[in-house]
Parts: sequence; structure tokens; C-alpha cells
Amino acid sequence: MTIDRDKLLDIYTRTMKVARADEKFRGLLAGGSLAVIYYTVRGQELVSAAMMAALEPSDYLVTTYRGQHDQIAKGVPLGPLFAEIAGKATGTCKGKGGSMHITHPDSGVMVTTGVVGSGLPIANGLALASQNRGDGRVTVTCFGDGATNIGAFHEAMNMAQLWKLPVIFFCQNNRYGEHTAFADHTKVESVVARAAAYGMKGVQVDGNDAEAMYTVAKEAVDRARAGEGPTLIEAMCYRMMGHFFGADFSYMPKEHLTEMAAADPLPRLRKLMLDYQFTEGELDAIVAGIDAGVDAAWTFAVESPFPDTSEIRKDVFEEEIVA
Amino acid sequence: MSGKFSMVAAINRAIDEAMAEDEGVILLGEDVAAKQGGGVFKISSGLTEKYGEHRIRATPISEQAIMGACVGAALAGFRPIAEIMLMNFVTVAMDQIVNHAAKLRFMSGGQTNVPLVIRTTTGVGVGFGGQHSDMLEAWFAHVPGLKIVTPSNPADAQGLMRSAIACNDPVIFIENILCYGMMAEAPEAGHRVPLGKAAVTREGRDCSIVTYGRTVIDAVTVADQLAEEGISVEVIDLRTIAPYDEETVVASVRKTGRAVVLHEAVKAYGTGAEISARLHEALFNELKAPVQRIGGAFSAVPMANALEQAWIPTKDGIKAAVRTTMSWKA
Repeated sequence: MTIDRDKLLDIYTRTMKVARADEKFRGLLAGGSLAVIYYTVRGQELVSAAMMAALEPSDYLVTTYRGQHDQIAKGVPLGPLFAEIAGKATGTCKGKGGSMHITHPDSGVMVTTGVVGSGLPIANGLALASQNRGDGRVTVTCFGDGATNIGAFHEAMNMAQLWKLPVIFFCQNNRYGEHTAFADHTKVESVVARAAAYGMKGVQVDGNDAEAMYTVAKEAVDRARAGEGPTLIEAMCYRMMGHFFGADFSYMPKEHLTEMAAADPLPRLRKLMLDYQFTEGELDAIVAGIDAGVDAAWTFAVESPFPDTSEIRKDVFEEEIVA
Repeated sequence: MSGKFSMVAAINRAIDEAMAEDEGVILLGEDVAAKQGGGVFKISSGLTEKYGEHRIRATPISEQAIMGACVGAALAGFRPIAEIMLMNFVTVAMDQIVNHAAKLRFMSGGQTNVPLVIRTTTGVGVGFGGQHSDMLEAWFAHVPGLKIVTPSNPADAQGLMRSAIACNDPVIFIENILCYGMMAEAPEAGHRVPLGKAAVTREGRDCSIVTYGRTVIDAVTVADQLAEEGISVEVIDLRTIAPYDEETVVASVRKTGRAVVLHEAVKAYGTGAEISARLHEALFNELKAPVQRIGGAFSAVPMANALEQAWIPTKDGIKAAVRTTMSWKA
């Protein structure tokens, strides 16, 4: 036992909330009761839960279109989240953003971007504000291995280290950038190897190992909060489905699928919980409670009204556009 | 301050005043701090000594990182100013400007906003060639969520900069290199010019020239020259290019019945096309002639002075356009 038992319970609860919400969405999409683009987070539940469990609610998060795990684990309430994805007026963004643009400052979720790599420079700015204010906040920016070949990644890493910003570059290396395998998009052996190019501390970790993932996350958060600068974390994980829900993933080799199934974080975490002396009954009760919340959130989304068309003229500028 | 001051001093003064009032006003850009000489054009001269390197941040040559950091700081409640040395380099940061700064207020349903000023300079006429001279305002005017401002004189530069920093939405502030040395009477401290309000720089009865930035100076010269021929020209300085002061423009053209829209940017698909179209929509039956447009030629800005002077709108060209409206036979 390398981490606090209560902290592990916290990680488990966040993980299962992400997992049950994701399963709910896949069911809705498969059953035809929802028709939206959805980037499933199956396989990446735990990496995110362990990272967010190391943060305070007031810490900032910048994530990407495959970000539902990050948003839920950071604390975005499910009702407004689901309503947003369904395009309802009660959504986090009044239905104007959708799943790729979830924003919820009360939970610290400042930006969700649909453009690969664009969140990293923005995270630096949030961290810069914290540095100047001395408010002790830490900013985490999530991205995949596919984002590490775009210029914004390199510019942002260099600037963050130059200014010792309280920011964590959290790469969830799920081994594929869209349909392209890691080895087919760079000759660098790992993402973490790139940290050296900027004089930055980099740590690679098995993201599906709850104890290791949390320990690495906590250390990076503590460093950032203490003013010791940024960390690049490369959390190894798997994207267990296609690029988006319903997308073909026959391009993944058979050996990869076998390896991926063996690494599934959900059964592995359940086993760890039992090792930490939680009982099957306790874990089932937690999941049942989560399921009730997930169902209630979806009901809230379904029963909510669509936004009024006058919303098109609002929030373009501070002042409303004259019709 | 009293007496004359330059455009550079005006912009410096506005930023200085805003920084003194609000800790959240910060400046990021290449070479902007004291150690690098206060910027290539000295706009931030003396500010590091007053406000420190944590607020005047000299950056690496990384336009995406500069713009992204300013977007992030703005989301956190700061009022950052991004200095992008030359307007053509803004293209490197387009994703941050167009996909993020402009849209985050809307996409978040109004939960966040981006009070950011993007300062940038440009200008045709100094032989900088194709990648250091463009006026790209029309690109940004096409993006909902961005405001675009350009001063034609030092007093407006001070007043517009103060308003741009105070604005709760992203503002692109375009300076013209050729105007930096322009001297004028300094206004009072704290002087502000509201965004979205045009100035009637010169009143006239026969034809309205609608323009902004450096070409305001040409328009006024042309108005003086045409007055000698008995043609009374009104000059409208938009000051805010987008969203522009349509009320003032329409009122002027309703009075004169004739209009020439003038800008330094390439004429094709320029802001002049939008302004002309809207004038025809609003005043079709009152116009005495079709609205004329004048802008740069349809090529990259050339380097050779002979070519550059042929590329840019000329005073003779402006006069000819005004005369076309005056002699139009329906």
C-alpha cells in the first residue's frame, strides 16, 4: 500500500463516475437516442481520475475534445455536462459549445479545445496569472501523444520552463494519434524524452497503475505549487475504441488489442481496491450510487429545453448583437 | 503632459496609465523588456523599470505561445497586451486568435471572456516587401468576436489604446510604422476614445471619404486640394474598423449622396467591399453615384520603391474617385 486509503477511494469514485458516464453515452449513441460526435474515453478513465485527485477544486484545467474523463474527474456536475452534450439550454455553455468545448470555471475547467495542441499555450497563460498573483493555483493541460508533433506543444513547453510556470503538461499517451500509431508519427522513443529539449523535468508512468499514477501526479502538483516549475508527465494508457464512437479501428494490430485488453484499468483498479481491504459490497454500492446520478443527469438533459435562437446574438461580444 | 508628442509616446503613455491602475495589465512580446531595449519600436520604453519583468515579459520568438499565454491570462481575469511585432507575423498565431480568443466567450455560453489587446504594426511605403507590410484587417473583420481598431493620429492612439485595454473582448490594435513619428498636441491624462465611434475629421457637402489609419492623412490632403476646385469633401475616420460606426457613415453619405471608401489593404475582398455594400443597401435610392472603392493592388506588396508607390492608393487616385462620383450620369 503506497497511497492513502481514502485517496484511493477518491480515485476509484472518480474513475467509476467517468466509466459509467462513458458507458451510458455509448449506450445512448448505439441505441439511437443521441446523435452527436462523441470521443469515447474508454481505457483512459484512471489516468485522469488519479491526476485530478491530486488537484484542488480551484486549480485550473485545460483539456481537449476527448476530455469527458478529465471534466468529470475534475468535478464538472453531470447534469449540466450531459445537457451541454445534448445541446440544451441548461448545459454548461447553454448548448453553444457542445462536448468539444465544455467550460465550467466553478470546477476549474477553463477551456476545452477541439484543436489539437492549442490548449498548451493557453495553460501557460492561466499559470502565468497564478504566478503573478501568487495564488498558489496549479494548471494542468491534457493532451494526447498525437499533439506532441504540433508546433504549439514545443513553443509552450519552452516558454513554461523559461518562466518556471506552475503548469503540468499531462500527456495521456494512448498510443494513437487519430488512426496513426505512435511509432508511425515520430522517431522519438517516448514523449517524455522531449522534456530534455526544454530542460524540463519529465516523468513516464504506467497510467493504469493507480498508485504510481497518483504518486507522479502529486509530486508534479507539489513542485508546481512550490514554484519549482513545470513537469511533463507521460501517462501510458490505451484508447480502447476507435477515434470517435462508431469509428472503425481495424487498423489496430491484433497484438495491440490483446495487450490493451490485458491492461484494462477498470478490473485492475477493482483488484487493487480489494487489496486495500475494500469489500465487493462497498464497491458495488459506490457504483450503484454513481449509476443513479448518471441516470438522473441524463433525465435532466432530456427534459431540458433547447436554447432560444436569440442566443446566436449573445456572447459574441459583451454587448448583444443588434438583430 | 503638455506640448507635442509622437504616436509612439502616445501608445506608451496609454499602456503606462493602464498598468499603473491595474496589476492585471501585462505586456508580452518579443524584445519588449528593458533588457532588450523596450521593443524594436520602443513602445514599451521605460515600463519595465516601473512595473517589473513579471509584467513586461520579453518572450522567445514564439507567436503561438505569446498569443496562447495572453488568452489564458485573459481567461484568468488579466488584461494582457500581446505585442506581435509585425502584422504578417500574426498569421503564425491565427489559431489562438480565430479559434480561441474570438470564440471562447460564445462557446462557453458567456462564462469566460478574453479581454486581450493584440498590438501590431505594419505599413506600405518603407520597402519592407511582401512579408512585413500587409494590412490584414479584413481577415479579422470576418471573424465574429474580434474588434479591430486603428488610430490615425497620436491623440486617438492614446485614447483608443485605453479603451482597447478596458474592453472585455479581444481587440486587434493596428499601428502604422509610417505614423510612428507623427507629432501632435498631447491630450489630457486618462484620455479615452470610445470603441465603435467614428470621427468626422473634416466636414463637407459633396462627397464622403470613408477611411481609417494612415490614409486619413491622404484623404484630408485631397479634401484640401479639391476644396480649391469647389468640391466639398467630408472625411470620416472610422477609428474602429469592426464593428464600425455605421450610423455616422450612413448619416454622412445621406447628406453628401456620394462616397469613396479608401484603405491601404488590398482592394479585392477588403473592408471597403463590405462598407460599400452596406451603403448601397441602406441608401440605394439616395445615392447620386455608385460608391467607389480604393485599395492596394492585387499582388504581394512589392519592395522596389517605384513598384510600391504604384501599388499603394495615391492622392491622384483618390481625387479621381471623388471626381467620378461628382460627374456620374445616371
